[in-house]
Amino acid sequence: MTLESASAPPGRTGEPLLDVRGVSKRFGAVTAVDDVTFSIRAGERHALLGENGAGKSTVVKMIYGSLQPTAGGFAWRGEPVSIASPAAARAMGVGMVHQHFSVFEALTVAENVALALPREPMAALARRIREVSASYGLAIDPERSMHALSVGEKQRVEIIRCLLQQPKLLIMDEPTSVLTPQEAEALFVVLRRLSDEGCAVLYISHRLEEVRALCSAATILRRGSVVARCDPREMTARALAEAMIGAGVGAVERTPAPAPGPVRLALRGLTLPASDPFGMALRDVSLEARGGEVLAVAGVAGEGQSELFAALSGEARSAASMVEIDGRPAGALGPTARRLLGAAFAPEERNGHAAVGEMRLSENLALSHHAVAGLARGGALGRLLGGWIDWRAARAWSARVREAFDVRGGGEDPQARSLSGGNLQKFVIGREILREPGVLVVNQPTWGVDAGAAAAIRTALVRLARAGAAVVVVSQDLDEIFEIADRIAVMRRGALAPAAPTAEMTAERLGVLMGGADAAEAAA
Amino acid sequence: MEPFLISVMIAATPFLFAATGELVAERSGVLNLGLEGMMLMGAVTAFAATSATGSHLLGALAGAGAGVAMALVFAVLAISLMANQAATGLALTIFGIGASGLVGQPFIGQPLDSLAKLPVWDATALTRVITGHDPMTYLALAMAGGVAWFLYRTRAGLALRAVGDSHGSAHALGLPVTATRYAAVLFGGAMAGLGGAYISIAYTPMWGENMTAGRGWIALALVVFATWRPGRLVAGAYLFAAVTQAQFYGQALAIPSQFLAMAPYLATIAALVVISRDKALTRANAPACLGRPFRPDR
Amino acid sequence: MIALEARPEASRALALASPALAIVLTLLASAALIAALGRDPLSALHVYFVSPFLDGYSRAEILVKATPLALMGAGLAISFRANVWNIGAAGQYTLGALAAGAVALAAPEARSALWLAPYLAAGVAGGMLWAAAPALLRTRFGANEILVSLMLTYVAGLLLDWLVRGPWRSPLSFGFPQSRDFAEAFVLPVILDGTRLHVGAPAALLIAAALALLMARTLRGFSVRVIGASPRAGAFAGFGESGTVWFALLLSGGLAGLAGAIEVGAVIGKIQPDIGASAGFTAIIVAFLGRLNPLGAVLGALVLAVSVIGGENAQILLKLPKNVTGVFQGMLLFFLLACDVLIRWRVVWRRKGAA
Repeated sequence: MTLESASAPPGRTGEPLLDVRGVSKRFGAVTAVDDVTFSIRAGERHALLGENGAGKSTVVKMIYGSLQPTAGGFAWRGEPVSIASPAAARAMGVGMVHQHFSVFEALTVAENVALALPREPMAALARRIREVSASYGLAIDPERSMHALSVGEKQRVEIIRCLLQQPKLLIMDEPTSVLTPQEAEALFVVLRRLSDEGCAVLYISHRLEEVRALCSAATILRRGSVVARCDPREMTARALAEAMIGAGVGAVERTPAPAPGPVRLALRGLTLPASDPFGMALRDVSLEARGGEVLAVAGVAGEGQSELFAALSGEARSAASMVEIDGRPAGALGPTARRLLGAAFAPEERNGHAAVGEMRLSENLALSHHAVAGLARGGALGRLLGGWIDWRAARAWSARVREAFDVRGGGEDPQARSLSGGNLQKFVIGREILREPGVLVVNQPTWGVDAGAAAAIRTALVRLARAGAAVVVVSQDLDEIFEIADRIAVMRRGALAPAAPTAEMTAERLGVLMGGADAAEAAA
Repeated sequence: MEPFLISVMIAATPFLFAATGELVAERSGVLNLGLEGMMLMGAVTAFAATSATGSHLLGALAGAGAGVAMALVFAVLAISLMANQAATGLALTIFGIGASGLVGQPFIGQPLDSLAKLPVWDATALTRVITGHDPMTYLALAMAGGVAWFLYRTRAGLALRAVGDSHGSAHALGLPVTATRYAAVLFGGAMAGLGGAYISIAYTPMWGENMTAGRGWIALALVVFATWRPGRLVAGAYLFAAVTQAQFYGQALAIPSQFLAMAPYLATIAALVVISRDKALTRANAPACLGRPFRPDR
Repeated sequence: MIALEARPEASRALALASPALAIVLTLLASAALIAALGRDPLSALHVYFVSPFLDGYSRAEILVKATPLALMGAGLAISFRANVWNIGAAGQYTLGALAAGAVALAAPEARSALWLAPYLAAGVAGGMLWAAAPALLRTRFGANEILVSLMLTYVAGLLLDWLVRGPWRSPLSFGFPQSRDFAEAFVLPVILDGTRLHVGAPAALLIAAALALLMARTLRGFSVRVIGASPRAGAFAGFGESGTVWFALLLSGGLAGLAGAIEVGAVIGKIQPDIGASAGFTAIIVAFLGRLNPLGAVLGALVLAVSVIGGENAQILLKLPKNVTGVFQGMLLFFLLACDVLIRWRVVWRRKGAA
């Protein structure tokens, strides 16, 4: 079952349901959405396409009432309405499944649903959850605790929460970014059935193949404005991409992988108990990354990738022999010692992990460079003080990173949080690449980053590998993985399947590995 | 044994009031370290109102009102203005110690009738221990029970727990995060005020500077000890009260009184250590947003 | 409708202006409070905030009072920066005074100034010991350092009480609970004749300057700032959180202990039930007023010292209750926290409905 073989949605001409009329949204001096107009008909599957940062999320937050437009407004079935709050949107018949789910980890499934349905008695609710989940094939137990669910299951809870409110319009914000291809396909079945029943779907995505397979109308946003309206089934993916990204964004430069170099990073039976009650234990993870290659670790969110990253970076320690950097046992070493062995790391979370928002870029540079760039010198005052920091050298390094990776914004030495997501991401990745490390481990290198920055980052990663480094990319983005990886290993439930060459992998096979046995059954 | 248990029943009451209120505030995601200051203001206001009106009921209500007023200052700073919650709570305590001393100066050394007790049911040792106290003792227990019912059996309680677990998700669903937190903090203030009032108009009917003697801080520890659950909080309040009362029975052991007086504080530390070392218990139960300010994009 | 709007960058200018604005607002609120107490606000404010400057002795007294506040405030500034909430400085101060007092009482005949070395070292050690408990319990068991350090303050107070009423009570005190006077060797040298200004004051300034340098220029200071802002970023940088907790608590505890030793040695000259430990709480305000910067804490200490001396004058001259000072201090911290909102947010006026 692939996207291409999916049946084309039936063309339908329902009544106009929601009109978005000249809506704008400004945050301070920044205009996130500028005079956006489009219309959704009853029962229509309508795509809102655009790159990260194009304003899609801001538009749907206004439709769902969690943001208020600065100018313009909405009409519902032809009548002008103001949508003051999410409760008002729900009362009108709008349901929304958020990209970062709005679920409560400490509560049960039934309690999570109940919060959106304040008038429904709890006992009746559990029964209705079971009914809806059976009727749409969204298996879920209402009594389970939310934190015990997989990402796909959490999404099911959000969908059920919407369905119980019998929506006329269901907004899905990047719903497949956390799913395996098989789970995504199952979701499309549900969405098609909903629209057949008369419920319109507003489908937010930047994945063109999905949109072409699912939707009969599309509105394309770029930098906050509508740049095209079309029937995506009649467009090529290339034409859609050009409309979405605009001219001037090159593809990732990728040279073929050279002959395999020496093993530079090795995991040997890495086993670590979960440090957090909601975390995932690592189970017997083995892996060899060679100089010259980009090795991707694929998987849906929350399968142990953060724990793997921590074990690789030294934020979590293991037995010395479980991690080897250039042949030297490093499992018991901390991040600084591992960096001194030639490794570099870039975590997923830009703000608060890879960088400190309130600190300047030069200080953020020192975060990972204090030992390796000779910034802290002359430990005359002994271990207690760790030496004097040469801030001038840190500023010079930081300027070189900004120059080499085109990090824009904010004057001489700005605070990290004043930078846009894409620019800060270029800084935290560039900071590590400029060191020319022998081993680079990055987690979700282009998460939430615009197309231009993503292409630049991916190109730099491939280039670093080709220069002889072993580059390990942990990612949930299959497009990214197929674009840059030479080999792919799949992480599931804290274990890692053996890596296979990208050429031997299909999205389908990857999906089976990502979803485990359940997905294999579903696909069969 | 009977006199000891009776004294424990009474000594637990201020802990029950203050810690139950704080539990609700923390469940909504707000850490208010100003309990001690709110209790002191409640104590002095209740004493002043009772001696002015002669009515313990009006006194207790005035104490609760003083707690609410203090909590409102905290809420404006910590919720609306997103000030650091730990610092704001400390400011509330420092202010409360000074202001209660100032307000209470004329009342130092003044006598006051204790809050009247209900009749004892003299059937068994058990009935003699649990009956015959003043109404506030039972009110405190009823409030703890009411909070348990509210949190686990009502939709508003569910919404409050949701706000404390993830304010971002709660806002996205349209739950009123700020209003919920204001209500929780003000409730916490009223309860702390009642706890303070109990000390000055019932427990030891008099006013003295700093008379809460750290009970507000112990109540904060009690919330952690109870892992944010009302049932465990009631048990913990009696346990802590037992420790504070035990010191009066230790004097026979020829230990200097100062060392006996250290017992409640050292026991608090011990209790914190015992409960904190079990990470699964504290991390899984602590409200995930505790102490984190919330601000929606607009 | 008034609303807050995030600034792209935190404003440095307002970070410095905020304390001044808070002081002005506190003065206005204090004037209102004093008027409510039935006194003339202008003359009362004169007594509070001008009279301490009117003669040389009073001016020196400001520095005397500011010394322990500056020492403790500088330590707490670093501790709070590390997100380690040591609020038990009063207890650490007491233990420092007791440990140093033990040295002094053990050497009743001491004459040589060399005795000051073990005396002050004992003070630092006493403060560190009392701060080591919350450090150990937090790093080892995850126990909340706020509550542990505060509980230990009550324990320290009771220990002091037992010592002055029991083993250390002087046979010459006519039953008063106080120790023998310390030998002369333990009284810190006075540096300005006719006043009580002692070498502790310039020493506190030097220590604060050294700590400011440590925070700005050394890797240790940097790691404290990173971990305070984001423990995860600190872990990524390779800075251990436990090490920072220990550093912050031992440093702030040691400085509080030193302050206690200096105060009982230079100013009080013996151990008595009230040794001024409540300065440990005032130092919390000092640290915030000083923008959590050790040198800023020196300025903060001077401001608070003026209010303390003014408060004593007001008690004598105007019969104003001593608790007025506590109310001032609490209000100052409230206003400061409120004004700090301006550093990261801009106040804007929005039409209703467009919000």
